[in-house]
Amino acid sequence: MPDLASSRRPRSGERGRLIATHTVLIVGGLVMLGPFVWELLTSLKPFGETTQNPPTILPHHWQLSNYSKVFQSLPFGRQFLNTVVMTVGRTLAQLVFCSMAGYAFARMRFRGANVLFGLFLSVLMVPGLLFLIPQYVLLERLGWLNTMQGLIVPGMFSAFGVFLLRQVFMAMPYETEEAARIDGANPFQIFWRIMLPLARPGLAALAILSALSAWNDLMFPLVVTTDPNKMTLSAGLATLQGEHFTDYSVLMAGALMATAPMIVVFLVLQKQFVQGIAFTGSKG
Amino acid sequence: MAAKIQQAPRTLTATRSPHRERVRRCRNRSEHAWAYLMIAPVTIGLGLFYLWPIVQTFYYSFTQSGPFGGHQWIGAANYRALAHDSSVTQSALNTVFYTVLQLAGIPLAVFVAALLNQRGLRGRSVYRVIYFLPVVTMPVAAAMVWRWMYQGDNGIINHLLSGFGIAGPHWVSDPSTAMYALAAVGIWMAFGTNLVIFLAGLQGIPAEYYEAAKVDGASATRTFFRITVPMLTPSIFFATVLTVINSLQLFDLVYMMMGTPSDATGQSNPAMPHVQTIASLFYEKAFIEHDTGFGAAVAFVLVAFILLVTVVQFRLQKKWVHYA
Repeated sequence: MPDLASSRRPRSGERGRLIATHTVLIVGGLVMLGPFVWELLTSLKPFGETTQNPPTILPHHWQLSNYSKVFQSLPFGRQFLNTVVMTVGRTLAQLVFCSMAGYAFARMRFRGANVLFGLFLSVLMVPGLLFLIPQYVLLERLGWLNTMQGLIVPGMFSAFGVFLLRQVFMAMPYETEEAARIDGANPFQIFWRIMLPLARPGLAALAILSALSAWNDLMFPLVVTTDPNKMTLSAGLATLQGEHFTDYSVLMAGALMATAPMIVVFLVLQKQFVQGIAFTGSKG
Repeated sequence: MAAKIQQAPRTLTATRSPHRERVRRCRNRSEHAWAYLMIAPVTIGLGLFYLWPIVQTFYYSFTQSGPFGGHQWIGAANYRALAHDSSVTQSALNTVFYTVLQLAGIPLAVFVAALLNQRGLRGRSVYRVIYFLPVVTMPVAAAMVWRWMYQGDNGIINHLLSGFGIAGPHWVSDPSTAMYALAAVGIWMAFGTNLVIFLAGLQGIPAEYYEAAKVDGASATRTFFRITVPMLTPSIFFATVLTVINSLQLFDLVYMMMGTPSDATGQSNPAMPHVQTIASLFYEKAFIEHDTGFGAAVAFVLVAFILLVTVVQFRLQKKWVHYA
């Protein structure tokens, strides 16, 4: 083991340890990446090569026709658009609504605040299954099944978002607010002009978590939409699997296209993603 | 901490001057109005789509849906029925087993986080991106890819195993392997989240502790178990709570990996009884068989489970979590 007395030995010991570390991390990395590589390779193969035993590793005939087959069996462009609109709509609404409520709970005193906040916390603690049947009944009654508003509206409100942003506002110093109050700003102006810009890291964390869960959610869109033109990508992929059950090259092309946008966003906003998850993590 | 900061200015502004007092009361009244306006959207939305539905689901669990869509009160009959229904007991056991298997991902993530946190390690951010990738992948898509890799006859996993002379099973339709196959996908998907939580936790451990350990000549293993792990217990506790709550609600993987086109919920898959979770049973009862009352009762079984497990976790926390 490294010994402080000699200056050369620890260095070589350290190098050995770093090589061992890289080896372990690379093996783990292959396990994490492997499925993506296999997904991509399969999506470029003709059907015949996927049913062959043993399977070909690299495609003998590289082809892109599986991607066009996805567009033939699914209104993929439409579903992509639906998913984007749903994700953006829910996320923006959550940012506005949850930050307003979070600020009010953190900094303003009003009757019933504790009771209301307790009720919101109870929403946070029970599983999502509990809301699904009545949400379906309500959306059906409103005539909102198979509509964009049906997909978006219930997801515009988040108890988690209120809780998260309340924590963020509670941790902020009071001085700036007091100064604005003396200048005659009303509480909403103080919130909107002064406090909200300071809450940016918290807002980014909520936006990322909200967008991820909207993009990836399965059970809710499965229940609310039956018309392929109104579906999101996750529900669409489930129907694609129903149609091309054994044609894995088409399935992989669809899976890859549905996943790619979020992965691109992640690669661009890496730091925010990682900080967002870690931020909400460390708040526990 | 935050509460203390919040209290301070209030005591400062509460002066004895009657004029100030009047101004303050007036401001309070308008502040009340503003507060109600600002919480109104969330209160209405959460009330309509989340809070009231909890009450409704509870009510439904005591009813049977009639032929014309009405609900008929049948008392606790749904709960009695589910207590005698072996598929409910089995899916509850499966859900717990899946959750226990998911916990295996936590020590693994602690280990990788400690490796990544070593001083002088290059490529840290590249590794972090790679390990985090499954977190941002749509679970439906991930399930499809893994299902394809698990294929019995020409899946890549069995092909690789055959290189070692091992004949792999039909992973997701073999009752003895299906649950482990799903759990592996679950661990793969959640790994990045746990890793990032632990990396953030590691940032909070003072460097002096490691320097002191080095001066004392402690080995890497000893340092890991005597400093890293104990200092990381708050993060480990948080990751455990998160993992348990998520795992108890597993649905996507079961839905996407067990079914066939003619049998969306996978009832004809011989391994299904060993993989069916409470959430997938709920979906099948409420939205395929349209037995709303029974489905609602199943949902409350899950609520009871989550509450019980969470209370136990918070109780046990005192025994092993060190808060600095």
